[in-house]
Amino acid sequence: MLLGLSSCSRRGPEETPSAAAPLVWAADAEGGAPYIFKDPKDPAVNVGFEVDLAAELEKELGRRIEWKQYAFGSLVAGLERGDFDFAMNGLEVTADRKDKVLFSRTYYLYKLQLVARADETRFRSLDECKALGAKVGTLEDTAAERLLDKLAITKRVYDSQVEPYVDLELGRIDAVLLDLPIAVSYAKPNPKLKFVGEPLASGSYAIGFRKDQQALARQFDAALARLAQQGVLRRIYEKWGIWNDDQAALFAEAQSTDVQLESRARRGSPDPAELPTKGLPGPSETFGRSGGAVGRPHPSAAADVQLESRRHWSWADCLWLLLQGACVTIQLSVLGMLLAIALGLPIALCRLYGPWPVRFAATAYVEFFRGIPVLLLLYFLYYGLPVISKNYGLEDALMLSAFSAAVLGFGLNYAAYEAEIYRAGIGSIPLGQWEAAASLGMSPWLTFRRIILPQALRVILPPMTNDFIALFKDTSLVSVIAVVELTKQYQILAKSSMRYLEIGLATAALYLVMSVPLGYLSRYLERRWGKGLL
Amino acid sequence: MGPLDVAIDGVAKRFGQRTVLDGVSLSVAAHETVAVIGPSGGGKSTLLRAINGLTTFDAGEIRVGPHVLRPGNGRANAEASHEVRRLVGMVFQDFQLFPHLTALGNLVEAPRRVLGLSRAEARDRAMDLLARVGLADRAGAYPRELSGGQKQRVAIARAMAMQPRGLLCDEITSALDPELKGEVLAVLEALKREGLTLVVVTHEIGFARRAADRIVVLDAGKVIEEGPPDRVLDHPQTERTQRFLSQVLA
Repeated sequence: MLLGLSSCSRRGPEETPSAAAPLVWAADAEGGAPYIFKDPKDPAVNVGFEVDLAAELEKELGRRIEWKQYAFGSLVAGLERGDFDFAMNGLEVTADRKDKVLFSRTYYLYKLQLVARADETRFRSLDECKALGAKVGTLEDTAAERLLDKLAITKRVYDSQVEPYVDLELGRIDAVLLDLPIAVSYAKPNPKLKFVGEPLASGSYAIGFRKDQQALARQFDAALARLAQQGVLRRIYEKWGIWNDDQAALFAEAQSTDVQLESRARRGSPDPAELPTKGLPGPSETFGRSGGAVGRPHPSAAADVQLESRRHWSWADCLWLLLQGACVTIQLSVLGMLLAIALGLPIALCRLYGPWPVRFAATAYVEFFRGIPVLLLLYFLYYGLPVISKNYGLEDALMLSAFSAAVLGFGLNYAAYEAEIYRAGIGSIPLGQWEAAASLGMSPWLTFRRIILPQALRVILPPMTNDFIALFKDTSLVSVIAVVELTKQYQILAKSSMRYLEIGLATAALYLVMSVPLGYLSRYLERRWGKGLL
Repeated sequence: MGPLDVAIDGVAKRFGQRTVLDGVSLSVAAHETVAVIGPSGGGKSTLLRAINGLTTFDAGEIRVGPHVLRPGNGRANAEASHEVRRLVGMVFQDFQLFPHLTALGNLVEAPRRVLGLSRAEARDRAMDLLARVGLADRAGAYPRELSGGQKQRVAIARAMAMQPRGLLCDEITSALDPELKGEVLAVLEALKREGLTLVVVTHEIGFARRAADRIVVLDAGKVIEEGPPDRVLDHPQTERTQRFLSQVLA
């Protein structure tokens, strides 16, 4: 997708931008304020401070920049794949990313901001939050998540930065810890939320390149330094309300050094910062490449909290986490399917034998729940119901936990499918069987229970097993309402360790270990229940 | 409960435009065996099903013992049907055994669940009946493992397991190979000797002559002739009966 940034470029006469191919910039515009997000007034247009920055870079570099939508969590993998030229998306400079990515100089120094409900009185800092045992929401694979891990604070991980604040407002979690710019965009305008304490534990945003793109990275470094010196960056940050004194220090640095030569060395080497909250991790770990570091004149520069709390990857931990995810997957599918099987039968009976209004209602149920995506249903049950509940003065009556919402959502959705399977199975039993039972004095309900259903089960079982296996895999959708099951656990582990292949194979093996025996069980039951039937 | 008689009075039924029963009146005395014969589509099966409450009718009245079935399918009719079915059993042309149950299971199911017999009681009664139809050694067989004649004998035993005092038989040998018909008809004749009231829709003229006390000829929804077998079969009064008999006996 072409941004059309070049229309207002001010190019120097020596530059010939049209000669070079456009640079492809990857960023995630999904709920991504203030970095890059869809203009609420015109969703076809991207806005955000990184969009402004990209426009200025386009002018400075004399190269056209095209934007490409890319899921935040996949940026590093995409860079390695060569899907784009650079990633600029609030990408934090972390030790494990540095192994894979060549980073530009820092273009923004972020801090983390704790946010709570406006009426919160139980805590005034992250420490008190921990002492209280409060549940803190954050974004997956971020510095904030790792800080929470390191402090052993109960966390709830989301894959978008919008939902944590929604859940906070609804009272599902007690606080949200996220990058200050995100808090400024999503929490500050909300009167029901408030900032708690000073921003803490900071880090750097930098532009990511492939390891072999040294020259391109150097060009970007120079361009960023010039933008800083000219005050362009400050103007952009002020426009988006994310300017603060930390940034001033960053720009002072840009002026005081020869960016062309020094930026590479300086980039990953911020001074140890004073952390504003006592008890938070100190910058005890030394940076790997500090040899060429140029001391910074300011005390508030970033300490990369992620670097300190980097995860030590091991198969044992990984498998343990995957097994936990598998447990959630099993619970979700079994409970969801039980609900679907229990609900499906009465719906099928209503459709088959009910008087017309009942028949109509049952048909409407089937058409409705079969016709809407289960994802939409999950969103509605989890995020929509509580709002309705509050609006009608029911307080939290309809507020479901994520797990209950997931079971209910799958149960309601799959009940529509199971009802149709029941209906087909029951309908396949000849009318003569009903009459024969009736002639023996058996009531319709007794006939159904003892004669029709046992025969129908054999017809019903194979497609129902099929559905169960499908549901088994569909449960991966629940990550949208922040339930971590097997697939989500895989994504988290793979993204944090970059071992997509190994963990992917382990995950697939787990799914197969669970689903293949189901097929055998089904065939066994078919034989067992099918005695006497063809 | 006394012996079972059936009185059918002016029963009419239409399927859409087609008149299936056109004012049928017929009475069956207790312990009597009545064979209903006649051309296909004459309404024989419908009449039989109406007696058992499996088919509703539009006009007239059917009395089975003390219970009266009336037109329509209201609650009263459903209750009457239920009572009627306790008195008369029914055997179908296509057996309709329960395929997921063994021969024994087919016989035990209704006595256990409807009459509330104990497992042992129901089993003893079922084994007795299987022995009487010559299938004691096939008790554990599933219906698909039985021949047509065996299936129909199990079906008769199943109906008898409810200890009815009458039996409605709807062309029960039509789906059988000729050499298998004899074993089924022999069972039926044994039941007649025990004093069961039988209404038998059949194409077996030989069986009708041998076993029936009375023969009723049904055509186009009307009783066109009725009487003792030798009179109806050897000296038919109507031209339609003559034609039918000449076709069946040809």
